[in-house]
Amino acid sequence: MEQIFNQLSESLFSELQNGENLILSFSGETSQFIRFNNAAVRQTGLVDDTNLGLKFIANNRTIRGGFTVSGNFDIDVARGKSEIARMRLEAQEIPEDPFVVFPENTGSSHEIKPAKSLPFEHAVDAILPAMSGVDFVGVWANGRMFRGNANSLGQKHWFETESFSLDYSLVTPEHQMVKGSFTGNNWNQEDYESYVKRSREKLILMERKPIKINTGNYRTWFESAAVADFLGMFSWNGISEASLRQGCSGFGRMRHDDIRLSPKFSIVEDFSSGFCPKFNSNGEVSAEKLSLIENGELKNTLVSSRSAKEYGVESNYAESGEYMRSPKMSTGSLNHENVVSEIGEGLYLSNIHYLNWSDNAGGRITGLTRYACFWVENGEIIAPIETMRFDDSFYNFFGGRLIEVEDKFSVNPEVETYGGRSLGATTCPGILVDSFALTL
Amino acid sequence: MKLDIDIKQLLNAVDVPAQWVGLREVYEAHTPRMIRDGVPVANGRVSTHGIMVEVLVNGQFGYYGTPDMSPESIAKAAKKAYRQAEIASHNAHYQFDESARPSHQGSYQSPFTKNRNDLSAGKLNEILLEAYNHLKVSDKIVSASSLCQVIETTFRFVSSNGSDIHQDFLMLEFDLSATAADGPNQQTRTFGGMRGTCRQIGMEYFDKYEILANANRIGEQALELLSADDCPTGEMDVVIAPDQMMMQIHESIGHALEVDRILGDERNYAGWSFVKLEDFGKLQYGSKLMNITFDPTLESEFASYAFDDGGLKATKEYLIKEGLLVRGLGGQESQIRSGLNGVANFRASGWNRAPIDRMANINLEPGNSSFDELISQVEYGVYMESNKSWSIDDYRNKFQFGCEYGKLIENGKMTKTVKNPNYRGISNPFWRSLKGVGNVDTFGIYGTPNCGKGEPNQVIRVGHASPACLFENIQVFGGV
Repeated sequence: MEQIFNQLSESLFSELQNGENLILSFSGETSQFIRFNNAAVRQTGLVDDTNLGLKFIANNRTIRGGFTVSGNFDIDVARGKSEIARMRLEAQEIPEDPFVVFPENTGSSHEIKPAKSLPFEHAVDAILPAMSGVDFVGVWANGRMFRGNANSLGQKHWFETESFSLDYSLVTPEHQMVKGSFTGNNWNQEDYESYVKRSREKLILMERKPIKINTGNYRTWFESAAVADFLGMFSWNGISEASLRQGCSGFGRMRHDDIRLSPKFSIVEDFSSGFCPKFNSNGEVSAEKLSLIENGELKNTLVSSRSAKEYGVESNYAESGEYMRSPKMSTGSLNHENVVSEIGEGLYLSNIHYLNWSDNAGGRITGLTRYACFWVENGEIIAPIETMRFDDSFYNFFGGRLIEVEDKFSVNPEVETYGGRSLGATTCPGILVDSFALTL
Repeated sequence: MKLDIDIKQLLNAVDVPAQWVGLREVYEAHTPRMIRDGVPVANGRVSTHGIMVEVLVNGQFGYYGTPDMSPESIAKAAKKAYRQAEIASHNAHYQFDESARPSHQGSYQSPFTKNRNDLSAGKLNEILLEAYNHLKVSDKIVSASSLCQVIETTFRFVSSNGSDIHQDFLMLEFDLSATAADGPNQQTRTFGGMRGTCRQIGMEYFDKYEILANANRIGEQALELLSADDCPTGEMDVVIAPDQMMMQIHESIGHALEVDRILGDERNYAGWSFVKLEDFGKLQYGSKLMNITFDPTLESEFASYAFDDGGLKATKEYLIKEGLLVRGLGGQESQIRSGLNGVANFRASGWNRAPIDRMANINLEPGNSSFDELISQVEYGVYMESNKSWSIDDYRNKFQFGCEYGKLIENGKMTKTVKNPNYRGISNPFWRSLKGVGNVDTFGIYGTPNCGKGEPNQVIRVGHASPACLFENIQVFGGV
């Protein structure tokens, strides 16, 4: 793939005329997908998909293009040349952009992660025996992923990895569910079987009759996966500088009224773990670590080079959408073994579902409980709860209501496959809050 | 640059001993244009083009999606798909036969009078820039944008049992947005909610004077919201405009009736459904005023088509008639698995994903009440327009929606504007509280380009048309 990218880049850069700039962004995968229901194969297949994005800058205008890379050099170069010709014409038609970001050459990078994944033909036989006798539903995704970026000034980045993910649910006859996500780069059958065994043990807890709880405010423990979902909301009308400037960020109270979250809450954008490339679609490389919120105080927003020009601030080379790519939240002092006793009476929420801003300016988020969520009494898990809706502000649960943070974090890999398989992960601990609002 | 592929010829390149073979070619190009805060922020054209080779082996389907459309590549893809299916067939969830892919022939063309090239990039930017200027009615409008996206799709489907289908789509997404802010107090108004304005239509949509009038209204309403009182809290009647009904139908009816969900395929991702197989023909889903259709025939609605992605011919069908659940959203595979009647809704997001049960156009049929008659029935309540927040549980029961713009209704009249109008409820009790359905004059056609579902994940386009509706005794609330 890298060779295809290199050859395409060379040919397309040679098409440019004086004063024209081009940034190429390459994204591809060779993947196997197997969908399971009732511990049997529902759908199975393979996908080869690679796309080349073109960002053409000339005459103080930016025009984008893109096409599917077929792998046939003549076809792909013809498509690329056709795109350049179209963009060249458009650059004479559309209005000038005063905030054009020009490419630079600040150095190249090359990273290929070694991996030993599961051969495609072995997947079904490796996965299903461990799920014998249980209602297992989910998806297996496996294969190589590629990301490349090059610009007409000679800068080039390449990132290549091979990974797998089995994202699944186990279901009791009474329709209670446990979530699992076994992911990695090197397949180990023993590790997989141990992981599934732990999921099956959790499922036993879910066999207790679920209880209905009332709306109201509860002392609540959120597992790392639930915290990761809350943190994900920061990437949507949250920590983006452009969102703040354009009046659609939940962080407005922190920026304008100096409201702070709990001193126990800190989060950084941290690329040191290598879950995703450090370079963005513009070919810019972020610092290995960027503090976003430190001890409750907003230290940095995510600033793309375009926002930097538009609003007169310094870029930290965020992606153009100014979302978090590799967030990591700091740990605290609460040991997981003590969680249930620290709840005393309240809720133990493993997962949450379908979050949305219910009042973005107020930082209020609504969503629902899902999977292994329990009622706790006298420091013991009593039973799973029936699904409840919540509606509360992150200024509360990451702010004044935050009692303690877990002493170690978990990695929550990105397993979404919209368009293609995603890279990245959210690394965070669980949290305990003294009040959390259930509304329906 | 779109390659011309002879897909029928490619079918001849496939050499595997499968029970059935199908080739589905999809070309799609997106052309976005956007002006934000007076400057162009998006001008581009991105395309995707490939073929999904699908084979049926020992009752199990297997697929291979490839962008290399040469005969050699298709032959190789078929062999790999065959091997995938063969291995999986020993642990198949269901043993299908050729009847899962019935043979149909035909074509479809979106209705339009002006194609994409009839409006140049320069001219379109001019219109969008002028619209921006009309959105920016005050310095308190801190950000405003006008945008459109033209989508051109060509779909070809051929199969070993004689299917031969060609469909061409021309679609448009359009939005205007103004955000007024005063410190952390911020309010956004758009043109139909979250990308709710989307249709199958050509460049004739760009009636400049209508766009500018709407831009001006949206800018003024954003300002109006900045100084409005919060929506009251309590149990009260609500009148919901079509651009919010769209989301209400989508989340609490459409997803709940997808038969693959009911059969459990989605339990690990989008979720299950409170609807059970035995509910069809028996469950009173809502009040007698409720008539819901699957309608792929409504001209210009976003997800109109003649055939689904499994080649099944699409027809208008009632899903809910006079409040009674009569039919599910299940394509041919789900109909075989469940034994239920269904519809032609087996759809994929593109050539690189396998089809599953999806919504297409799911509409609420008009009733008899004028808009004024709906409002006049309300002693104290809120009228709500344009979705801005949505959430529902994995069984499609407990929902909560937020809207951009509200009007208090007092003694049968709309009075003052209220901001942050929200409501929540549970699907069946909510639809049973449907007290009034607007007539054709209140009918609006909307949709969304962003319906997510499936493993691997897929985003598809759906259409939802509805009149304004009155619901009684609903939990309503405002902002923080």
